[in-house]
Amino acid sequence: MGSVIQLVLVGMLAVSFYAAREAGDLAPMLFEYRSSWYPAFHIEYHVGIDGISLLMLLMTAFVVVSGILLSFKIEQLTKEFFFLLLMLSMGAYGFFISLDLFTMFFFLEIAVIPKFLLIAIWGSGKKEYSAMKLALMLMAGSALVLVGILITYFVAVGPDGQHTFDLMQLAQVQLPFEWQRIIFPLLFVGFGVFTALFPFHTWVPDGHSSAPTAASMFLAGISMKLGGYGCLRVATYLMPEAAAYYSWVIVLLATIAILYGAFATLMQKDLKYINAYSSVSHCGFILLGIGMLTKTALIGAVMQMVSHGVMTALFFGAIGMLYERTHTRQVSELGGLLKSIPFISSMYIIAGLCSLGLPGFSGFVSEMTIFMGAWQREGVFYKVATILACASIVVTAVYILRAAGKAVMGPIENDAFKNLPDATWNEKIASVLLTVAVLAIGLAPFWLINLVSGDVQLIMENLTRGAIGN
Amino acid sequence: MNEATLFLMKPELSLMLFLFILLIGKVGDWFKTNESVMNLVHGLLVVQLGICLIPGTGEAFSGMYRTHTLIGFEKLILTAGTLLISLQSWHWARNHKHLPEFYILLFTTLLGFYFMLSSGNFLMFYLALELASIPLAALVNFDLDKAKSSEAAVKMILISAFASSMMLFGISFVYGTTGSLQFDQLPQLINGGQLQMMALIFIFSGFAFKLSAVPFHLWTADVYEGAPVAVTAYLSVISKAATVFVFISILSPLFQFFPALWNHLLEWVIVLTICVGNLFALRQTNIKRFLAFSSIAQVGFILLAFVAGNADGSASGIFFLVVYLFSNLGAFGVVSIVSAQTGHEDLVHYKGFYRHHKTLGWVMALSLFSLAGVPPTAGFFGKMFLVASGAAAGNYFLLLIAALNMVVSLYYYLRIVKFMFVDEQEHHMILQPAHYTVMLALFICMAGVLLTGVVPGLYAYIQSLL
Repeated sequence: MGSVIQLVLVGMLAVSFYAAREAGDLAPMLFEYRSSWYPAFHIEYHVGIDGISLLMLLMTAFVVVSGILLSFKIEQLTKEFFFLLLMLSMGAYGFFISLDLFTMFFFLEIAVIPKFLLIAIWGSGKKEYSAMKLALMLMAGSALVLVGILITYFVAVGPDGQHTFDLMQLAQVQLPFEWQRIIFPLLFVGFGVFTALFPFHTWVPDGHSSAPTAASMFLAGISMKLGGYGCLRVATYLMPEAAAYYSWVIVLLATIAILYGAFATLMQKDLKYINAYSSVSHCGFILLGIGMLTKTALIGAVMQMVSHGVMTALFFGAIGMLYERTHTRQVSELGGLLKSIPFISSMYIIAGLCSLGLPGFSGFVSEMTIFMGAWQREGVFYKVATILACASIVVTAVYILRAAGKAVMGPIENDAFKNLPDATWNEKIASVLLTVAVLAIGLAPFWLINLVSGDVQLIMENLTRGAIGN
Repeated sequence: MNEATLFLMKPELSLMLFLFILLIGKVGDWFKTNESVMNLVHGLLVVQLGICLIPGTGEAFSGMYRTHTLIGFEKLILTAGTLLISLQSWHWARNHKHLPEFYILLFTTLLGFYFMLSSGNFLMFYLALELASIPLAALVNFDLDKAKSSEAAVKMILISAFASSMMLFGISFVYGTTGSLQFDQLPQLINGGQLQMMALIFIFSGFAFKLSAVPFHLWTADVYEGAPVAVTAYLSVISKAATVFVFISILSPLFQFFPALWNHLLEWVIVLTICVGNLFALRQTNIKRFLAFSSIAQVGFILLAFVAGNADGSASGIFFLVVYLFSNLGAFGVVSIVSAQTGHEDLVHYKGFYRHHKTLGWVMALSLFSLAGVPPTAGFFGKMFLVASGAAAGNYFLLLIAALNMVVSLYYYLRIVKFMFVDEQEHHMILQPAHYTVMLALFICMAGVLLTGVVPGLYAYIQSLL
């Protein structure tokens, strides 16, 4: 119930934001609220939104509502489950609206323990191992982010000789390049761990697969975007010179992630693992977009964040519903489910088609934008990377179609599957919600781009200081 | 000695009065039941809290005794901690055969810490240190029917005596080279000579022993394991807090004269303490030993407060100690109930704890999260401020080690949470409902853990006192 209210609130926020922008309010951040939290360390509780954050908030709202709707069948410790989910969403919402580095870090860390508990208690498979691995790797990423934030705080001296944690003020200060070279890797790798930056992606397959459905949706859909948003908003925005300096490394790692994720998925036999590895691959696109540092590529990265968020939530949701009924996630044991549970199977197919980038769905739009933006970047290395990333779409198509074809279409393998109950009302609402989101982005992306381009322009202006132009 | 002096020393005098009330009560056989002793003690401690709240500033006995608002606040923290520990040990204390003696010794130790905080002179300081340490060693023995307790007490008294004598050695050198023992005169008299350097190292060693900093930490695990839970809680929280408070106000200024030595020493000790504490905690199977090593690691973090040597650092140190008090006492509270009712002290006995004892499970989990430094508990803020003030000096490598060790510590804290929340076992513990005093203490601890961080008032208050 509460999450529906949140969804409505975010919707209202979106409308009022749009109205304010239309009316010509061009301030970088709207609806700001700041109050002094710990003046000794210049920490403020400073929040505000711009186009990018708003999109993230919308996506979070959709995914959380759907996740909760799909979790009506949780039996043990039900209250704790929903409490932890809400803590997670609080962390995500807070992270996306924070404009003060300390506040951002606070909300980032709030999410770690609920993730651990959700996977460890309600998960399946080797849940304790996955939960611990996830918690420790994410905490290590946060540790790196913490070091980066603190060094930034001490090194960045504002115009009045003051230190600050405030994001917008820090963006105005040009940090000395020697420091940027040290801080940027710390921040980028730290946030990158959240977004499955190669080689720190190893928590993703086990973590996503062992988690209960709503937690997987949240983890893959939102949690991985925390890192992407952090990479964009904190690392690239504040340290554009270092971003340009290291961009080849980012592009290299992102391309490896895309290809490795895609090929690794080919080998998987478990539905959830297929989706988990493909998340590594798709989030590689986000990092590729950020690494390319052109305006179109950055817009593409933002769109991919939103698109992948809802798409993967739909995917995991469909898998969860399938698993509840068939009690197996092995592709070899499934078959012909379209005949017995048509609604759920169609959802699975829709998610799959979106994942492989079929036009009309959001995946196509975001990936296309990234490719266009990436191609604009000068340099043979970047063109090659772009081509390789494009090539991975073929691999994506292979594994998606193979999994969908085997699991959902064809003859029914197991007689027990002949008479399975189809989706209940809550599951239908959740799936429709996400499908609507996917289609909306896919069919009418211009409202997204309009929302975001002004803010991306701001980031680009910082970058042009570093002589990488559009 | 006039009325003004008497009024200045009111916390100590009132505590002494309460101490004598207990002593005479024991001798005169006033107490028929253990419950009456406990109720009396709790009442007296609450009154003591009130007395500590009355501010006072001044000196007495030609500078030997001094107090101001910060010292009053520190005494308040120590008294509050003692009250919480006493409230929590209800189940253990109820069946104890020599309870009035326990409280008499406890009050004596607390009195020693009061004098230590208020000392203005090395001689007074040493006297107070001994007044605090010797009864503490006796307190460790208070699980009278267990041999482990006696063993722990012997270890404690021997090492304690050795450390105190080392400190005295250093103090004597300070006197020898400067001619004065007054704290406010020493900064002018210290001239950076080599003998003074040696003296300060000896004094630091004595402190490091009380703090369980590496390499003076070897007594910690055995003593914590052997002592009754209440005394372990006292050692781990109050004793450390008092030592750090004294260090901040008195000794840190003295060490500033040897910046190279001091920074080097601190860096090594911090890195070793945090790493050794974490690595050993990973292997523990007894919960009291586990909490001992985890508190060693926390001490490493507390020492970060001294790296920068400025007011921010001291304020973060004091703030962290308040938070640490709440978190540690929360954890010890649960351990004390379990230990008193079932005698189980091994980690594996906590499997499946949550499903049958939800409130206590959450208390333990929140305390462990606060110790690990996970938001939104106050432990997060405490650790962040310590790390931030430690980084102010520019030693970012230290910062990296501290941050990475937070990950390691998260692992062992999460392991216990996992035992409690995820695992199941057939012969799980069944506890009687805890007495209301215990729940009250745990409630206060949880309020502290949850509110002290997110609500910013405490840190600002501490800063204003410095």
